[in-house]
Amino acid sequence: MGKYILKRLVQIVITLFIFQTLLFVVLTAMPGDVTNRMFGNPDIPPEAIEQAKERLGLNDPILVQYARWWRNFATGDLGVSFSEYPKPVIDIIVERVPRTLTLFLTATLIQFTVGFTSGRVLAWQRGGLVEYGSTLVGVLLFTVFTPWFGLMMIFIFGARLRWLPLGKFLDPRIWSAAKIPGLADSASKGNFVFNRMLLTASIILILWLAILVLTRKLNSFQRRRILWGGTAGLLAVAGIVWALSGVGHLAWDIIVHMILPVITVTLVGYGGTMLLTRQTMLDTLREDYIQTARAKGVPEVMVRNKHAARNALLPVLTNLIIGIPFTLSGGIITETIFSWPGMGRTLLNATAAEDVPLIMGVFSFIGILSLLAHLVADLTYAFLDPRIRYA
Amino acid sequence: MSVTTATPTRIMEPLWRVRLRLAWRSFKTGWNIFRENPIGLIGLGMIAFFGLMALAHPLLIATVWPPNIYDPLMGYDKEIISHPSPPTWIPNAAAEIKSLRPLPALRHILGTDPLGRDVLSQLMSSTQSEFALGMMAALITVVVETTLGAVTAYYGGVIDMVFMRIADVMIMLPFIPLMIVLSAMFDFQMLHLALVYGILVGFGGNSLVIKSQALTLKVKAYIEAAKVAGGNDLHIIFTHLIPNLLPLAFLSMMITVTNAIFIEAVLSFFGLINIRMSWGIMIQITQAAGYLLTSWKYWYLMFPAGLSISFLCSAFYLVGRAMDAVVNPRLRKR
Repeated sequence: MGKYILKRLVQIVITLFIFQTLLFVVLTAMPGDVTNRMFGNPDIPPEAIEQAKERLGLNDPILVQYARWWRNFATGDLGVSFSEYPKPVIDIIVERVPRTLTLFLTATLIQFTVGFTSGRVLAWQRGGLVEYGSTLVGVLLFTVFTPWFGLMMIFIFGARLRWLPLGKFLDPRIWSAAKIPGLADSASKGNFVFNRMLLTASIILILWLAILVLTRKLNSFQRRRILWGGTAGLLAVAGIVWALSGVGHLAWDIIVHMILPVITVTLVGYGGTMLLTRQTMLDTLREDYIQTARAKGVPEVMVRNKHAARNALLPVLTNLIIGIPFTLSGGIITETIFSWPGMGRTLLNATAAEDVPLIMGVFSFIGILSLLAHLVADLTYAFLDPRIRYA
Repeated sequence: MSVTTATPTRIMEPLWRVRLRLAWRSFKTGWNIFRENPIGLIGLGMIAFFGLMALAHPLLIATVWPPNIYDPLMGYDKEIISHPSPPTWIPNAAAEIKSLRPLPALRHILGTDPLGRDVLSQLMSSTQSEFALGMMAALITVVVETTLGAVTAYYGGVIDMVFMRIADVMIMLPFIPLMIVLSAMFDFQMLHLALVYGILVGFGGNSLVIKSQALTLKVKAYIEAAKVAGGNDLHIIFTHLIPNLLPLAFLSMMITVTNAIFIEAVLSFFGLINIRMSWGIMIQITQAAGYLLTSWKYWYLMFPAGLSISFLCSAFYLVGRAMDAVVNPRLRKR
C-alpha cells in the first residue's frame, strides 16, 4: 500500500508539472502583457512603461521567466493580484476557498445522500411510469442549463415569493449595525463569524464521526437511536452556544444566504447521482450473490440495502470524490449567478480584469485539489472494496 | 475445345455490396434494440424537432418572413412602438401590444426581445449554430479519441505512457474555467471552440475508455490473422481496429454533443464568445436588459432559450443512454 501511495505521489508531481507548464504556456501565449493597459495613458511616458517591464521581468527570456515562476510557486509566493491591487494572491485564495468549499461540500453531501437513497429505491422499479418518469426528471436536472436554472430559482424564491435573499454572502444592513470588538468593516466581520461557523461545523462533524465509530458494536436499533439522539443533541448545543454568543443573528444571515445556492447546486447534482446509482444498482442486481440472497429467503429490503446498495456505492462514491474539483470549477456559474464571493467568481472577475497572477493562483489551487481528490478516490476505493489490492 | 467455367468473380457479389448488406443488417438489429427503449425514442424525437426548426429557418426567411423584421440579429419591427412585446396570438393582444395597427396573430409567435427582434426567429437560427457546433465538436473528438486510443493500445510502451500522462492532465483540467479563460483571452469563434473542445476532450477521459476497448480487441484472433497475412501496423489500426471501436466512439459522441452545447451556452451567456446568435446570448440579453427577474409577464423572454438548451442537451443524452444498450450488451433487459 505504502509503495502504491508513493508511486501515485510521483505521478501526481509529474502531472502537476505538466499542468502548471501548460498553464504557463497558455497564459504567456496571451497577446500583450500587463503594461499594454498603460499605452493609452498620455501621462505615462514610454520610458516608464519600459521600466515597469524591466522591473516585472517581462523582458527576460521566456525560460528565465518560467524558472522564476516555479521558484516562486515552490516558496508559496503567488505574487500580488492586479485587480485587487495590494492584496497578495495567496491571501485572496485563503479567504475565498472556505466559502466555496462550504457551499459545495454542503450541497454535495445533501445530493449524495438523497441521490443515493432515491436511486437505490428507483432501481427496484424496473419498467413502467416510475422508471421513465424518474429517468426523465433525472436527465432534465442533469442537463439543465445551470445559469438559467439558478436565475429561475432566484426569480421564484427570491423575487416573487420573497422567501430568501436574491444572492450575495451577507446582508450589509445587518452587518454594519452589528458590533464586534476590534473589527471595523463588514468584510472582516464576515470572515470572523464565518471562520467560527466553520469551526463549529468541523467540531460537530468530528464528534458525530466519533459517535459513529463508538456505536459500531451495538445492534442496529440501539445504534440508530443513539445516532439520531446524538445528532440532535450536538445541533442543539451548537445552536444554544451560537444564540448566546451575541453574533448568532449574523451567522443566521450567512446561513439564509446559503440556502438558495445550496438548493440549486444540490438539484443540479442530484440528477447525476441518482442516475448513476440506479445504473450501478441495476448492474449489481445481475450478480449471483443477489440471487443467492434471494434464494435463501433474505427480505427484499435487506437484499436492496445490504447486498446490492453497498456494492453499488463504490462507483458512485468514487465519482463523487473525483467530481469535487469539477463542482468547484463548475461553481464559477453558480457563484456568479448568486454573487457568492468564492473561488469561481474570483476567477471570472480575474479573467475579466486580465489579472494573470490571480488566474494562475486559482488554477494551481484547483489543479492541486483535483489531483489530491483523484488520489483520495483511489485510496477510498481500495479501502471500501477488499478485492482491490494495490501492490 | 476447352470447358469454360463461370469465373468466381461473376458469382460472388462485389465486396462493397457485401459490406453494405452487413452494415444494414447490424443497423437493423441495433435499431430494434434501440426501439425497445422509449427514452431513446423521446430523445430522437426531440432532436428531430430541433433539427426541423434549424432547417425551417432559412426557408421561412426566404418565403414568409421579410428579413428586415425577422433577421435574428438586425431585424426590427417598426409597427410595434415599445419592445419587448408579448406574442401576437395572446387573447388581449390589442391591449398588451402598443402597435400602430392591429397585427396578425402569427406575426410574432413568441413575441419580440428588448431590441425589437423576433424571439422565435432567434430561437430557430440559434438551433442551427448549436447543431453545427455539436456536430463539429463531436466529429473532432471522435477522430482524436479513436486514433489515439487505437494507436496507444496497439503500440503500448513509451507512446502509451506519454499519452496516458497527457490524459491524466486533461481529466483533471477544470474545464469550464479553462474555457472561460481561453475565450476571454483569445477571440473565440464557433470553429475555434469546437476545435479546442474536441481536442481537449479527445485527449482526455474518452480516449482512456476507447483505449481499454482497443486493448481487448488487440488480442483477438483476427488481428493476429491480419498480422500473419502481412498487414502493416497502419493497415491493421485503420481497417481492423478503428472500425470496431466506432460504436463505442459514437456513444461518447452523444455526451460530447451535450457538453459542447452546454459549454457554448455558458460562454455566450458570459458574453465571451464571438458568434452571431445563440441561446446563451438570448438569455444574456434578457438578463442584461433586466427582464429575467421582474415578472411572469415576460415568460416569452425567460423560457424559450433556457428550456431549449436544457431540452436539446437532454435529448442527446437520452439518445446516448439508449445507444448504450445497443453497444453494451450487458445492459440489455433480460
